[in-house]
Amino acid sequence: MAVCIAVIAKENYPLYIRSVPIQNELKFHYTVHTSLDVVEEKISAVGKAMADQRELYLGLLYPTEDYKVYGCVTNSKVKFVIVADSSNTSLRDNEIRSMFRKLHNSFTDVMCNPFYNPGDTIQSKAFDSMVSAMMVQAS
Amino acid sequence: MADDVLFEFLHMEMVYHIYKDQASRGEMDKDRATCVSTLEGMGFRVGQGLIERFTKDSPSFKDDLDVMKFICKDFWINVFRKQIDNLRTNHQGTYVLQDNKFALLTQFSNGKQYLEEAPKYLAYSCGLVRGALSNLGMDCVVTAEVSLMPSCKFQVVIQKI
Repeated sequence: MAVCIAVIAKENYPLYIRSVPIQNELKFHYTVHTSLDVVEEKISAVGKAMADQRELYLGLLYPTEDYKVYGCVTNSKVKFVIVADSSNTSLRDNEIRSMFRKLHNSFTDVMCNPFYNPGDTIQSKAFDSMVSAMMVQAS
Repeated sequence: MADDVLFEFLHMEMVYHIYKDQASRGEMDKDRATCVSTLEGMGFRVGQGLIERFTKDSPSFKDDLDVMKFICKDFWINVFRKQIDNLRTNHQGTYVLQDNKFALLTQFSNGKQYLEEAPKYLAYSCGLVRGALSNLGMDCVVTAEVSLMPSCKFQVVIQKI
């Protein structure tokens, strides 16, 4: 289960960031911020290395002693970052991919909402409830 | 099927509504520009949302030409039910997309009749292309010209900083 989920815009500012243990929120914000560097590195590295198909799912960005950070980028350069707890059973790749797919689908729905201006923070309740479903149930 | 026509009718009403508002406030000339930019702005926002949906599962694009080819094929098919007939480029950031039977202009005429009214009906589509490209990371200016209906050309000039 995810401990923190963040959606970051093209210009690298957060559109949506939420973590479950509310006390340590700042630490997660910091983790997500540092993971952006890794994301940038992966995006630019893949571009130069192989000219053919570039994968949008970036996989494990970096592991710390407590957490694993996964990333995914969309074609519109919006980045999704999931921080997952390492202590419980290691999540398999497909589970992480399906979480990103759900995030991407909900984000697309938010984007198509005429009351949402691209670049604003995401305030959609539907998006909130989808994210809550993916987060850790009990802290 | 009648599905394609739904958007065409809605589009016609949109253009009519925007121009009617401006006309009732008087002063045609200056406001023509605001009408066009209103329509273009609408198309821009729609283009951004559409691109998010269409590129959801496709891999990243290698370069600008790849993006333009995507616009000409998949994007155009999804929006207008056909592909762009001709894409030309000068390899320096300018692309010309030619559509020989543009969906929103087919009902006007088959030649030069109503030529001066055509630009109003192209503003939304220009905005659509501009929004799509901006969400893919390419800032550009899109203009359209019609010399013989229903064929039209969209010119995309990529702004390089």
